[in-house]
Amino acid sequence: MSLLRTLPMRRHPRRTAGTLVALVTIVPLAACSTPTASPGVDEETVTIGTHTPLTGPAAAGYSSISAAASAYFDYLNDNGGIHGRSIEYVVKDDAYNPATTQTVVRELVQEDEVLAVVNGLGTPTHSAVLDYLNENGVPDLFVASGSPSWDQPETYPWTFGYNADYITEGKVLAHHAQQTYDDAVYCVLGQDDDFGTDFTVGLTTVLDELASTQTYSVSNQDVTAQIGAMQAAGCTVNFLATVNGFTALALGTAAKMGYRAQWLSSSSGGDYPTLVGYLGEDVGPALLEGFVSTNYLPFSADDPWVELFQKVNDEYNDGAPFTGNTVFGMSVAYTFAEALARAGEDPTRESLVEALESGEVVGNGIVPLQFGKESRRAFGGVGITVVEGGVQDYVGEVYTTDTGDGDVVVYDGEAVALENEGIPEG
Amino acid sequence: MDRFVFLLGTGLARGTLFALFALSLVLIWRATRIVNFAAGAMAIVGVYVGVAVTGVTGSYWWGLVATVLAGGLVGLVVERGVLRFASPRSPLSGVILAIGLVIVLQSLLGIAFGQQHEPVPAPFSDRPLRVGGVPLLSPYDVFVVVVALGLMAVLRLLFVRTTLGLQLRAAAFAPEVARLLGVRVARMRTVGWVLAAAAASLAALLAVPKELGLNPHAADMLFVYAFTVAVVGGLDSPGGALLAGLTVGVVMSLVTGYLGATLAPVAVLALLVVVLLMRPSGLFAQAEARRA
Amino acid sequence: MSARRTLLLAVGGLVLAIGLTFLLDPYRNYQLAIAAAYLCATAGLTVLVGLSGQLSLGHAALMAAGGYGYALTSQALTTAGVGGLPRFLAATVAAAVAAGVLGLLLGLAGARLHGPYLAGLTLTLVVAVPAAAASVGALQGDRGIRTQFEGVPGPLRTLIALEQWQAWVALAVAAVAVTGLVLVRDGRTGLRMRAVRDDEVAAALAGIAPARVKVLAFVVSSVTAGLGGAVLTFVTQSVSPGAYTVSLSLLLLVAVVVGGLGSLLGAALGAVLLVLLPWLVGTLTDALPLPSQVTQRLDGTLALLIFGLLLILLVAGAPGGLAGALTTARARRRARRRPPAPGPTAARPVPTGGDDPTGPAARPGPVGPTATRPGEPVRTPTEG
Repeated sequence: MSLLRTLPMRRHPRRTAGTLVALVTIVPLAACSTPTASPGVDEETVTIGTHTPLTGPAAAGYSSISAAASAYFDYLNDNGGIHGRSIEYVVKDDAYNPATTQTVVRELVQEDEVLAVVNGLGTPTHSAVLDYLNENGVPDLFVASGSPSWDQPETYPWTFGYNADYITEGKVLAHHAQQTYDDAVYCVLGQDDDFGTDFTVGLTTVLDELASTQTYSVSNQDVTAQIGAMQAAGCTVNFLATVNGFTALALGTAAKMGYRAQWLSSSSGGDYPTLVGYLGEDVGPALLEGFVSTNYLPFSADDPWVELFQKVNDEYNDGAPFTGNTVFGMSVAYTFAEALARAGEDPTRESLVEALESGEVVGNGIVPLQFGKESRRAFGGVGITVVEGGVQDYVGEVYTTDTGDGDVVVYDGEAVALENEGIPEG
Repeated sequence: MDRFVFLLGTGLARGTLFALFALSLVLIWRATRIVNFAAGAMAIVGVYVGVAVTGVTGSYWWGLVATVLAGGLVGLVVERGVLRFASPRSPLSGVILAIGLVIVLQSLLGIAFGQQHEPVPAPFSDRPLRVGGVPLLSPYDVFVVVVALGLMAVLRLLFVRTTLGLQLRAAAFAPEVARLLGVRVARMRTVGWVLAAAAASLAALLAVPKELGLNPHAADMLFVYAFTVAVVGGLDSPGGALLAGLTVGVVMSLVTGYLGATLAPVAVLALLVVVLLMRPSGLFAQAEARRA
Repeated sequence: MSARRTLLLAVGGLVLAIGLTFLLDPYRNYQLAIAAAYLCATAGLTVLVGLSGQLSLGHAALMAAGGYGYALTSQALTTAGVGGLPRFLAATVAAAVAAGVLGLLLGLAGARLHGPYLAGLTLTLVVAVPAAAASVGALQGDRGIRTQFEGVPGPLRTLIALEQWQAWVALAVAAVAVTGLVLVRDGRTGLRMRAVRDDEVAAALAGIAPARVKVLAFVVSSVTAGLGGAVLTFVTQSVSPGAYTVSLSLLLLVAVVVGGLGSLLGAALGAVLLVLLPWLVGTLTDALPLPSQVTQRLDGTLALLIFGLLLILLVAGAPGGLAGALTTARARRRARRRPPAPGPTAARPVPTGGDDPTGPAARPGPVGPTATRPGEPVRTPTEG
């Protein structure tokens, strides 16, 4: 690498095509780091990274996730880390632009030499780096998206999903609706991408037909036309494949139009504190009374996990608003720590994946993680939450199902219990 | 039929907001021959101030006043502090400075307030009044329409009936001649910017309760559509802005309602292309310009 | 300079650039490839804005057209069993054609429109194209199209890494695009573009058809932007609507202005800056001992802030951009060596912002509809 310094730097800038192109190449070189046994692991630290939108319009909904995860890693590090190593979490902004995602993920892998990419966020963005990470054998853990496409162990052995997939959520919500409401007219409002499409596939697997299927685009924050169509179609039970902001818009718009219906949302847009944030403290609680959503992470106020996360949030995250994103980010961080603890004294990329494939990493959800040799699917089931008296909590059964046309069945196991203050031991 | 009427009502309510914001672009164009690409970001600064004032005083109306004042102040600072560096010889440098300003303001707001949306309450009920069983305009929509029409009337009076208005128009259309006649052209420019930025802040404050909430990017799409509206209407014409605003609002609503939300921007592009191919300077530009 | 000399220099420069890739690690080579893709677009944009005086905020959409043209062709050829170099060449040509056709339509509209109206049209286009791409089934929505992986060709496989190969291909395409633009700029067409930009009426009197020249400028610029989209698609192996948003369009414009309008050297500097600045600022904020809450707020945002400030400062203080500043510095050095001679210097007066910024330099705008013309010429110290 010292070659560049010895190159004659005298140049004659002529306005010609060739030299222009040549000039582009004069970019600073980063120092080459000395090779270690495994990338991202040295005596004291384990370096991992993520891509997430911190700028641009998408940042509003998601930037708090990586902050919460970072806070949990800080908590772990202050309590001795994993196998004596602290975890360094490198967060890269991709502005939700797939081309930028490619650049920052390469930077993580090639410059920062991370052990793994953890919780890369978004379906279109992460799709862009799926091939790259798998070709280079970089563990691609806990993708923050409910697309079923992360579960392809044959094609993408290094990729592990995290969210309960949209099809599962759709099937469980549809099943719950069938059990709960009589003579209902079912409709759906979905985002105009795979989130909406996959969720609707899940719904129609269980329900015979939907009276109205509406879509929205994130670039247009006016959903009056869609809600009007649902009202006109006489929909009484409406499913939502919407992000939090648009769940709030849908409910707010319906209320303004004097349209009352039962709303059932995917976990991606069903977080009560966030929704109240959008709707306002004054009207939010009233609008959200009776609101149904799926979830798969601990959420009850007296749950030991939630109490721990609240403590970590106060101490390490500057007391940021405690929302579903906080629980999500910290759960991901805990799950990575658990995987790292199971990956041996001196973790490598291979041992990390082996630990996950062993099925011993169970996470902290209401159902244990399903990872195994043949499965990259994290959560095979979800629970149902309802807002009652301004409190969102689980009600009734937890259900599991597959992404095909299998039945929705009741899960009779337990949620994963908190152990050792949330600090996994090897 | 009911559905059509409903979509029409929705579109008109939204179109009024586009028109109001477009009006601020038209104002600046008339005063300085610059399209203010920073209008959205500048307006949002005013709204942040207004929301803070509402938070402290508990009154929406003080917040509204503060928004307008803060917006005007931003206009003053931007014109005197940044846009005066625009080269008078290149119409592009103003555009480019404004784009730089958008990036700077949005980054600063993001660093200062974070990226999350904050709810902004509406001062009136947003529940639509039913006309013949069809939900049409809400009291809040009516409020928006009244404010928009009122503002247009006031500006019209200002431009047509007052000395200041005459000076503003003179400075915009013939700066050299106006200067020889004793009009302080630079000051008129500043006044134009202050008026326009205040109007834009007002429009943004009115628009935010109908959207996700306040965040640094809250006026991005509002600006894009308002710019389209201003171009369709003819950059010189406040009346054109109103009519084009309503048209764009209705087109978006109808397309969303009948064809799907994704196609709405495509429909707006189609409308713009058709109008510009027929009248390259917008629907109302020439008539207005001649009168002025 | 003669066309032959330009071509020779282009080949020489390309060989040199390819040689330089051996000094870079894979990630730098990847960044280089991305910068080369941006260069195709910025070079086209700088010629359009600087030479023909038409402002486009829609170059991201033109890149997207190129990207989709590349991806669809590559996909079709893969199905037909065609691979390797023929597939790449055909797909790249398709990208240029797709972007060229869109550019032609835009140019036809643009030739009738004046400054802000054209800007409005292109801005709406760049909002509509991703929406359209997301809603057309064949373009596979938000996730876009994955293209066939084009690996390092067999004989080279032991010698160079994938990223280096991608940088080679990107540099080669960028060299073709930039050489083409140099030939256009230095030829009769370039002369006509400048004539039309400076004074349409005078140009028309001299026998030039202003509309045709403007449309041609748009097509040329679009073709190179399409090539940029093709390169980006080749390097990232995918094309999706989210990669070609308004913000990319604005950043391309920033790059062109920061580099210096009308200057191809400036376009190259701007393209490099687009790639390097976020990385530099990110490295800087990581190195500073800030609490993590502050870092979270600054991540990404600070880079944008610096972009914006740079843009404002450059336009206000050095309207010729980086390339212009280089030229000025060179002229100053030369002036220092020689005794001062009377006559114009390269440094241009900066408006001082006194009471009346319109100053005597501005032509008094005529009353009436013609006042909407962006008539005043955009002069840059680097053109020529």
